[in-house]
Amino acid sequence: MDNNIAIELKKVYFSYAEVPVLEGIDMIVKEKDFISIIGPNGGGKTTILKIILGLLEPDKGTVCIFGNPPKKVRKCLGYLPQHILFDFDFPITVQEVVLMGRLGKRSIGSRYTKNDMNICLHALEKVGMHTHKDKDLGKLSGGQRQRVFIARALSTEPRILLLDEPVSSVDTQWQQTFYELLNELNKEITIVLVTHDISVVSTYIDKIACVNKKLYYHGSKKEGMHKVAEMYECPVQLITHTSPDDPAKGSNK
Amino acid sequence: MIELLHFEFIRNALFAAVLVSIACGIVGAFIVIKKIVFISGGITHAAFGGIGLGYLLNINPVLTALPFSLLSALAIGILSKKTKISEDSAIGILWSVGMALGILFISLSPGYAPDLFSYLFGSILTVPISDIMIMLILDIIIIITVLFLFKELHALSFDEEFSMIVGIPTHTLYLILLCLVALSIVVLIRVVGIILVIALLTIPATIAKQFTTKLKKMIALSILIAVILTITGLYLSYIFNLPSGATIVLVLAIVFMISTITRKFLIQKI
Repeated sequence: MDNNIAIELKKVYFSYAEVPVLEGIDMIVKEKDFISIIGPNGGGKTTILKIILGLLEPDKGTVCIFGNPPKKVRKCLGYLPQHILFDFDFPITVQEVVLMGRLGKRSIGSRYTKNDMNICLHALEKVGMHTHKDKDLGKLSGGQRQRVFIARALSTEPRILLLDEPVSSVDTQWQQTFYELLNELNKEITIVLVTHDISVVSTYIDKIACVNKKLYYHGSKKEGMHKVAEMYECPVQLITHTSPDDPAKGSNK
Repeated sequence: MIELLHFEFIRNALFAAVLVSIACGIVGAFIVIKKIVFISGGITHAAFGGIGLGYLLNINPVLTALPFSLLSALAIGILSKKTKISEDSAIGILWSVGMALGILFISLSPGYAPDLFSYLFGSILTVPISDIMIMLILDIIIIITVLFLFKELHALSFDEEFSMIVGIPTHTLYLILLCLVALSIVVLIRVVGIILVIALLTIPATIAKQFTTKLKKMIALSILIAVILTITGLYLSYIFNLPSGATIVLVLAIVFMISTITRKFLIQKI
């Protein structure tokens, strides 16, 4: 069953100006996997995502997305970048940002259709930002902006969703909702989530890959935790998210 | 003021002011939001090579400036994206090479270079009807291109990386944007001159950006601001017998300062 492989990295090496960042990464992500790439800062997590997206070319090794080179099948990837640098005065509304996800679905110069509008509104509803659709992006809070960018990634209707630190600036309340949303999406699509903070590796995630230049572990979450400790060179505790009907949480209210 | 309109050169100057405002309103908005002011400055100065070539070949320098600025726009775009040369350095090199070529061509051309000054500092009162026709055609090209590619150029200016991932040809679009900058520079050269072009490309759009958060409104507003202020500058230069290009730029700068201070004051009050 080779045809259900979503992402395959074979002996991937990468360096920024002679400084090695990735050394011989072998990784297979199957369709409908929910995998979290974890590792310390500067360990090469974001670089792996950028290689999967075809934004960076590996020095050595091959990358295949559904058996094709990344640039060919990029349109089926949804991406949430870690940092989006923009000027707060930039003239753009929430809806215009989310519609960017629909740009590649048509020939250049043609207008957005009703269908595009509906898909965007639906994506905004999923992240709870639909009431802000006509607001200026620069006037939102950091967490709200991140939710808008998540909606933008969803509006591409991706087969693989690549998220780089998706919950770094949203409140814990919303993190819970977010992981439930991902879990729902995971029934249809593959999700790759990058984080340096292993305490957010949620109970919903079924596989982890530990990266610090090299791939330390790649497989199911439970057996991997001691490997994580080895990589970070300190004991690590996995904090699981409580479910909403957790009695402990209910009594707090 | 009405009796001034009986003079053909005044009517031409008003036409030129409107055409210039359309170009700098549309393209200036993208220059400001994409933050390519310095690149535009580089293309402007590289266009001087084309002006010099016009003198050497004894043809209208506006016509030779056109291919020169287009080629330098493409060169800056390609050098900075496809090679390891930084965009900053590519701009610096083309900026000075273009100027050097211009000086060389002019020194090689026979006799004295008449009205060279007007290409450097602008002279809206002496724009001939033939140049106005060229400006009109370039304006039409700019308007059609931006109408057709509006949302792509908007997305490119906001987030180039994401635009690339969703599958739009960002490299080509970026080159098209730089070519639009080159066209607008040629429209502007006659009116404010090479040295002052960058003022018209940045100041009206920057003022407009302070008062709206919608790109379409920003473009409309910068065209309006440019029309009013270039005509005001033109009028003042006529009354006080001052150089028109420099007067227009200073009028723009004064209004920019007033609008920035008032906006700050208004925001603090709220």
